[in-house]
Amino acid sequence: MQYLWRTPGSRTTPEEASPISPSPLVIRDLTVAYHRKPVLWNVDYVAPPGGLIAVVGPNGAGKSTLIKACLGLVPKVSGSVEAFGRPIDKQRRLIGYVPQRESVDWDFPVSALDVVAMGRYGKIGWFRPVSRAHKEAALHALERVGMADFAKRQIGQLSGGQQQRVFLARALAQEAQLYFMDEPFAGVDAATERAVLHVLRDLDAAGRTVICVHHDLQTVADYFDHVLLMNTRVVAHGTVSRTLTPELLARTYGGQPVPFTEAAR
Amino acid sequence: MTLTVQEFLQIDVPALLAAVLVCAACALVGNFLVLRRQGLMGDAVSHAVLPGIVAGFLVAGTRETLPMMLGALAAAALAGVLIEAIRRLGRLESGAAMGVVFTVMFAAGVVMIERAAASGVDLDADCVLYGQLETILWLAPTGWASLLDPAAWAAMPREVVTLGAVFALCLALVVLFYKELKITTFDPALASTLGIPAGLFHYGVVLLVATTAIAAFEAVGSILVIAMLIAPPASARLLTDRMAVQLVLSVALGVLAAVVGYGAAAFGPLWLGAEHSLNAAGMIAVAAGLILALAVLFGPTHGILGKRRAVGRLRTLVTTDAVAADGRRP
Amino acid sequence: MIPAIMDEAWRILTFQAGFNSAVVVAGTAALGLAGGTVGTFLLLRRRALVSDALSHATLPGIAIAFLIGAALGLPGRSLPLLLAGAVASGVLGLLTIQALVRHTRLTEDAAIGAVLSVFFGLGIVLLSLIQNLELGGQAGLKTFILGQTAAMAQGEAVGIGLLAAAAAAAVALLFKELRVLAFDPGFAAVQGWPVARLDLLLMGLAALVTVIGLQTVGLILVVALLIVPPAAARFWTDRLSTLTVVAALIGALSGWLGATLSALLPKLPAGAVIVLVAGAIFLVSFLFAPARGLVAVALRQARLRLDFAERRALSVLLGGGSVKGMLGAWLGLRGFVRTGTLTERGREAARAAERNRRLWDRFLTDYPTLIPAHVNWGVDPIDDVLPVDMVRMLEERGAS
Repeated sequence: MQYLWRTPGSRTTPEEASPISPSPLVIRDLTVAYHRKPVLWNVDYVAPPGGLIAVVGPNGAGKSTLIKACLGLVPKVSGSVEAFGRPIDKQRRLIGYVPQRESVDWDFPVSALDVVAMGRYGKIGWFRPVSRAHKEAALHALERVGMADFAKRQIGQLSGGQQQRVFLARALAQEAQLYFMDEPFAGVDAATERAVLHVLRDLDAAGRTVICVHHDLQTVADYFDHVLLMNTRVVAHGTVSRTLTPELLARTYGGQPVPFTEAAR
Repeated sequence: MTLTVQEFLQIDVPALLAAVLVCAACALVGNFLVLRRQGLMGDAVSHAVLPGIVAGFLVAGTRETLPMMLGALAAAALAGVLIEAIRRLGRLESGAAMGVVFTVMFAAGVVMIERAAASGVDLDADCVLYGQLETILWLAPTGWASLLDPAAWAAMPREVVTLGAVFALCLALVVLFYKELKITTFDPALASTLGIPAGLFHYGVVLLVATTAIAAFEAVGSILVIAMLIAPPASARLLTDRMAVQLVLSVALGVLAAVVGYGAAAFGPLWLGAEHSLNAAGMIAVAAGLILALAVLFGPTHGILGKRRAVGRLRTLVTTDAVAADGRRP
Repeated sequence: MIPAIMDEAWRILTFQAGFNSAVVVAGTAALGLAGGTVGTFLLLRRRALVSDALSHATLPGIAIAFLIGAALGLPGRSLPLLLAGAVASGVLGLLTIQALVRHTRLTEDAAIGAVLSVFFGLGIVLLSLIQNLELGGQAGLKTFILGQTAAMAQGEAVGIGLLAAAAAAAVALLFKELRVLAFDPGFAAVQGWPVARLDLLLMGLAALVTVIGLQTVGLILVVALLIVPPAAARFWTDRLSTLTVVAALIGALSGWLGATLSALLPKLPAGAVIVLVAGAIFLVSFLFAPARGLVAVALRQARLRLDFAERRALSVLLGGGSVKGMLGAWLGLRGFVRTGTLTERGREAARAAERNRRLWDRFLTDYPTLIPAHVNWGVDPIDDVLPVDMVRMLEERGAS
């Protein structure tokens, strides 16, 4: 029995779920407001099929809000979000999510393996316990981020970078087609940065789409194929080489200093 | 004054059994309040059910358990919804939202009790606060032999049977939804992206707390319920880093508090030569508090002394390192 | 019958029903006033329920003070002694909560719940001990739990009123300091404010209000005096000074009306009546306050959604598409659409919406740092927000 409580009529079998539809994500006219102040304003975006997409913009530009609105975690004033040609809340099993590290209580009494296994819950469904096969899948996901040795460790005893890798492993264990990641590179050590990058490349090679809020303009061109420049509204989007121009960056960051030292390629 | 076997079986065994069941059930569901940082929801719900109990009583006109229970459950659900509404829509912090809802509902209950008293029915706010553990009697047993007699067990007082059923319900729900409770407690956002109704589980936990609290009222009163919802899980939290262990441990500590507390209240004064026993519900809460104090002080890794020892070790390590480094210097 | 009660109510409300009841009503109103003022800062400091633990934790102190009094041979119920005991154990409870939060992994809610219930449990054990000892004067002890204005002697009421006024005055004198404390304690500490001492002072004031409220409202409900009036006031304003005044007024009003009602209906426990009055004021504020009330906020949200839906529908229609369902009917009602096509008015509105969106976009592109903080840019019509020449310039740029 699967978790389909919101839309009991729409059963998504894995066969149907294969991404035949051209675009993994279509956002139409999305507006989110706090009181009457827009946080996102008239956002229209069609993500290209497959590839690594960076969401770039200054602080308070609504990058995290964009991801949360896509996932239905904050209320929208207007607009719609579709994944693989259907409303996104009917495509939950195709969506993976890596939230910001601060969003959970790391003192919680669970081990790293437990947290990663949570990524499998969507596949396990009601009443059934986490089977050996699912535990192995979770362990495998931990291996891919280089954290297999820490599987039994309580999550509070991990370093910040290790916690980030656990979150990433959990997203891998979800085996989704479209991933949303909220600043996976923020404040991590070099080893974690390599691990995250490695995972992103793997996902890309497997034809998955990853939409990633990213802070560091220095590395955007190295890590990502596509970029979505935004400051409350979409300023520009496209391939990195065409979009990451000084002129568009200046428009995105407005008067704020662009966190960028060299000229974009 | 000596204690006969028959008296022990008729008076103390059912009361102790009731206390143990209340403590076990409360400790079990209390874990989810403590982990969700909603420890005060227990406080709020157990006060807010008062008008529901009185309304059930006034409507049915008897002290039957069922109508009172239904009324209390409805009041608890109302309180849960109101708190969420005030917190979300009114943008007040959850502590203030709870404070408003439970004080006003409790006040309404107190006024309703007075109205009920005016119409000649007997209901007591004191009883809601600290229960009547001492009035639960099991008249069937006559001696130790009765413990093997099924007929005697069948005559177990209603309160004990209800509490047993509630504990079984809590246990069954926690086992059945263990996985979902874990994920909605740890990361509700992820849970809802997976299609698990995190909001529904929030209300589910509130209602389960309410059910336990209501069943426990008659026997032990709301104060013991609040104490047992929080103190044993909080103690267990300081002793382990694994959720399953925490659940088991908290139930064990709850039972321990019940036995120690009841023993101290019922037999302590007798041994000291006093006539009457002390309030058992209060004493069990005190015992739970002492257990928590011990866990705070002596918990292996999270206790104050344990932490201090770890810091001390680190300090000696650092100073020896520094001495070694100094030694190497020319 | 009814006119007689109304008349009596009027006389009590206007302090004409004899000196004693006037004093009790005035004392209770002062108590509500103090609760509202002190509670405002507790609310902003997110300490609302700490005061619940505080009030429950007073019970063992009261019981121990009673036992000490009995041992010393003092007459049954010496109020100052009992209240001193209440303060002592209440403060001990507070310190325990602080220690638990600081030195263990337990969160504040668990610490509050544990202290509240364990201290109260101890209080109940001690009360049962007192009952067993069959000491004189113990009957009054239970009134501390649920409160009783009827039991209030005239002198006590005057004392309560004076102490409450002193608490409110202390808040007024230290308003500036408390504001810094409530707004940004970290900043205040860096600036050299004695944050720890101010916090202690705030909790001390809360303890004072709790203890003088014990007799009237009872220890279970006294916390309501600190929580409900400020929470209700929060819906009316976003300014701290106004908030404090409104909270004080709501508190005073609750005390005044509540004490009057319970004087009329002596069977009803005063504390519960006062809290119910405060609760009714809260409910009205929560639902209908214009600033942050539920109805006002919901209307504003719905309006915003409708605005956006309407604009989108108009631009669809302008592009030759069609709009059906509720929204289509709404546009028809507004006179923008007739038989599925835009009317002249509709065309105008659609063009205006398009222009508004285009100009805001232009503005945001060219002057992203100039966005005025107080306006709802992108939502409100640009002509209402920006100066005329600015709008004209944006239009010219858009055209080029």
